[in-house]
Amino acid sequence: MTNDRSKGIPRTTPRQSATFSRDVNSDIRRAAATGIYDIRGGGAKRKLPTFDDLLFMGASISRYPLEGYREKCDTSVTIGGLHAENPIHLDIPITIAGMSFGALSGPAKEALGRGASAAGTSTTTGDGGMTPEERGHSNKLVYQYLPSRYGMNPDDLRKADAIEIVVGQGAKPGGGGMLLGQKISDRVAAMRNLPKGIDQRSACRHPDWTGPDDLEIKILELREITGWKVPIYVKVAGARPYYDVTLAVKAGADAVVLDGMQGGTAATQDVFIEHVGQPTLAIIRPAVQALQDLGMHRKVQLILSGGIRSGADVAKAMALGADAVAIGTAALIALGDNDPKWEAEYNALGTTAGAYDDWHEGRDPAGITTQDPELMKRFDPIEGGRRLKNYLKVMTLEAQTIARACGKNHLHNLEPEDLVALTMEAAAMAKIPLAGTDWYPGKPGTGF
Amino acid sequence: MQTLDLTKLGLRDVNKTLHAQTADTNQTSWTIENAKGSHAIACGLNAPIEVTVKGSTGYYCGGMNQQATINIHGSAGPGTGENIMSGKIVIEGDASQYLGATGHGGLIVVKGNASSRCGISMKGVNIVVQGNIGHMSAFMGQSGNLVVCGDAGDALGDSCYEARFFVRGKVKSLGADCEKKEMRPEHIAILTELLAEAGFDAKPEEFTRYGSARKLYNFDVDNAAAY
Amino acid sequence: MCGIVGLFLKDKALEPKLGEMLTAMLITMTDRGPDSAGIAIYGAETAAKTKLVVQSDTPDIAFAGLDTALSKVVGSTVTMTVRSTHAVLTLPSGTTAAARAALPKIDPSLRVMSSGDSLEIYKEVGLPKDVAARFDVASMSGTHGIGHTRMATESAVTTMGAHPFNTGDDQCLVHNGSLSNHNSLRRQLRRDGVHIETENDTEVGAAYLTWQMQKGATLGEALTSSLDDLDGFFTFVVGTKDGFGVVRDPIACKPAVMAETDQYVAFGSEYRALVNLPGIENARVWEPEPATVYFWSHDTAPTSSEKAA
Repeated sequence: MTNDRSKGIPRTTPRQSATFSRDVNSDIRRAAATGIYDIRGGGAKRKLPTFDDLLFMGASISRYPLEGYREKCDTSVTIGGLHAENPIHLDIPITIAGMSFGALSGPAKEALGRGASAAGTSTTTGDGGMTPEERGHSNKLVYQYLPSRYGMNPDDLRKADAIEIVVGQGAKPGGGGMLLGQKISDRVAAMRNLPKGIDQRSACRHPDWTGPDDLEIKILELREITGWKVPIYVKVAGARPYYDVTLAVKAGADAVVLDGMQGGTAATQDVFIEHVGQPTLAIIRPAVQALQDLGMHRKVQLILSGGIRSGADVAKAMALGADAVAIGTAALIALGDNDPKWEAEYNALGTTAGAYDDWHEGRDPAGITTQDPELMKRFDPIEGGRRLKNYLKVMTLEAQTIARACGKNHLHNLEPEDLVALTMEAAAMAKIPLAGTDWYPGKPGTGF
Repeated sequence: MQTLDLTKLGLRDVNKTLHAQTADTNQTSWTIENAKGSHAIACGLNAPIEVTVKGSTGYYCGGMNQQATINIHGSAGPGTGENIMSGKIVIEGDASQYLGATGHGGLIVVKGNASSRCGISMKGVNIVVQGNIGHMSAFMGQSGNLVVCGDAGDALGDSCYEARFFVRGKVKSLGADCEKKEMRPEHIAILTELLAEAGFDAKPEEFTRYGSARKLYNFDVDNAAAY
Repeated sequence: MCGIVGLFLKDKALEPKLGEMLTAMLITMTDRGPDSAGIAIYGAETAAKTKLVVQSDTPDIAFAGLDTALSKVVGSTVTMTVRSTHAVLTLPSGTTAAARAALPKIDPSLRVMSSGDSLEIYKEVGLPKDVAARFDVASMSGTHGIGHTRMATESAVTTMGAHPFNTGDDQCLVHNGSLSNHNSLRRQLRRDGVHIETENDTEVGAAYLTWQMQKGATLGEALTSSLDDLDGFFTFVVGTKDGFGVVRDPIACKPAVMAETDQYVAFGSEYRALVNLPGIENARVWEPEPATVYFWSHDTAPTSSEKAA
């Protein structure tokens, strides 16, 4: 409707399209200008059903809470006791997820090790191999075994406290690692056996096995090489969790790490992050069901990751059946990633604090997701370690607070029946009744 | 000479015995009997010993090998010598797929044929094959040398980085970003040395060199079809 | 994901041992597939007769008087041999369709495992050694056979989800791998009137071959067109009345080993399965090429034809 003020006709409010939104239009313009897909870091940013849509009921006349401090609420967990001589004992059920040296700076990896060790938990190497700093500063280190096999060697394998065979991750189920030339410094290049400054292409499948029948043989080999001493985890994205967990168990895994689409990556195609995978809330029940059907719940541990942010998320994951959770993005934010104090620099990069995700460019103002020596100086690993420890402690205390309110003396004793759901999606995905009802979509015997 | 019967001792005890050998062991010569296609035989070795495996092996014989020499008197299953760091593996018969996958160093010699994905993701290992190799060999090969006296299958060196491929026979097809390269004196020297180490009688001049065209090193939209 | 074995005997003197040899091969593959196991044996034919192998979870009830009931239906004597949950029915040639149609009315729990003049399929949930013992496979003789031990990927662990799948008279299929377009194919085949019972991807592969052959293709042609129409990772071993065939998808990641001597041609997912065969030390051992149909027949010379790129 055109405006003709002289005739007194009012203007309508300009309306943006929900389909062709500002974000979408800028994506289209970018694609037209560059001819390359958009690459970024982080996990799915779109709005998804999450743990926020679940609530705990707490104590009442029928259920009594535990006193804080005096009445214990245990948070410890043991991972990998099924076959390994030396399972991993964690003081808290929150581990640090795999993130590569290469994606992160050496000091950032050191900080993760310091913080995790101070909190009594483990860290995990990433798609680049084990660094001496990380092994030196981590009391418990899980060594990832990835399709790329960058830096893989038996000496490091034997230094690890556990091995995590990576089949996939939540940000890109079916995608391999990606590290662009800007971050392939001399040190990274040497570790990965690549020419400096090139864009790393990565395999999406393991080079020497395909399928769970072969995986069983690979697990045997890794056990033989490490003398059956350490647990073997299998990490999968939450693609087909019921089948994937079943097959991981049948192949011989001691623990399964399950990663939802909110799980971050250092770099991959934005379209992969946003359109492939499932919300973390949706993958946990089928995974737990698979373990229960095999009689393996609590015998093969389930570690859930992908958008875990607070003690509430930890408690909800445990209530739905996980043995532990892993954090990646949250750990980086605790270290100082996307901190508003660098706002001017974010603006100079064309972004703003909280939205910065071009980690692949290696220009991180916080000095965490970069290999640039000048930027790295801004990050103090000792201070970073302290911040991570604080954050882990807070999450643990939050989870304990909730558990005590539900009358539990161990986080593991949280159950699905302690929860209610606020939305239909959350109720259906987690099989938790809507608040005020005893019903969820798909409840057997209810005709839905 | 120490003999270990796999059927009598079982895999764990055989590997444990070999893993117990250190750099200064005086038990340097071992024979494993009754391989019978078993998996993970003599994997993870880390001592300057020589192990002869009697019979054909299953998957991952010699996986992550360091320092040791492993002779397989038979054929070798998938992933033999995967991630080898150093040392030598000699296969009298044929090798199945993924031979030397992601190997970082050392030498693997095959007197028969190797199957598909030979040298996949190689990171410094040298592989010398007297016969032919199968399709998708040296996929994403980063460094090291693959020498083939026979023919190579489809998609040789697809997506490779700096690994070198020397083929005497025919190459069914080259993979993405893999091209024929000039043979210079330094390549003849490398080839001469590798053929001598393998014990194969072949003339370096009869080989053609292949390697990365390096067009995929930094993304360019015009190369998008190659991904 | 699974283990496959196959044995095609050239030496008639080995025929009485077919079941024993296949059983041993299958048991070595147990680690690859602990969920269920099955064997297809091509045994003796009887002139003017054909066979149906049926299964029931309630065999005592279902098999009681089954032979008599079917004799009435086909108007001629039907004999029955019971092996645990399976029963081999020997019928006059040409009466298979009538017998099959009558089965649901006789007992709804009856399922057809195989039909053919020579073929018998036995399959159940359980470890290979237990499944083989249940049916006394080791005592069976024949000219060729295939076996399978299953690790279910995306469908349930059930008897009918086990392999081999019967694709047509005297034809069967086993599969190692994971088809990625089986749901669409299942819908298309069902629309065309092909009966598919489970959600198992392999059953779709088997039905696809049957469908092609019903439209006039030879088994070799059907296997060749499967390379175009089926997507995913697969190694197929198929049995026919007089022979067996092998095909691997073009990517060929799932393992496959073959061995040949004057006495036999053998197939295994791993070399381990072949290790106790007579004369294996001197056998020609090789791996089938991708996208190539291999076929051995008692009637004609062996063939292998590579699909044009």
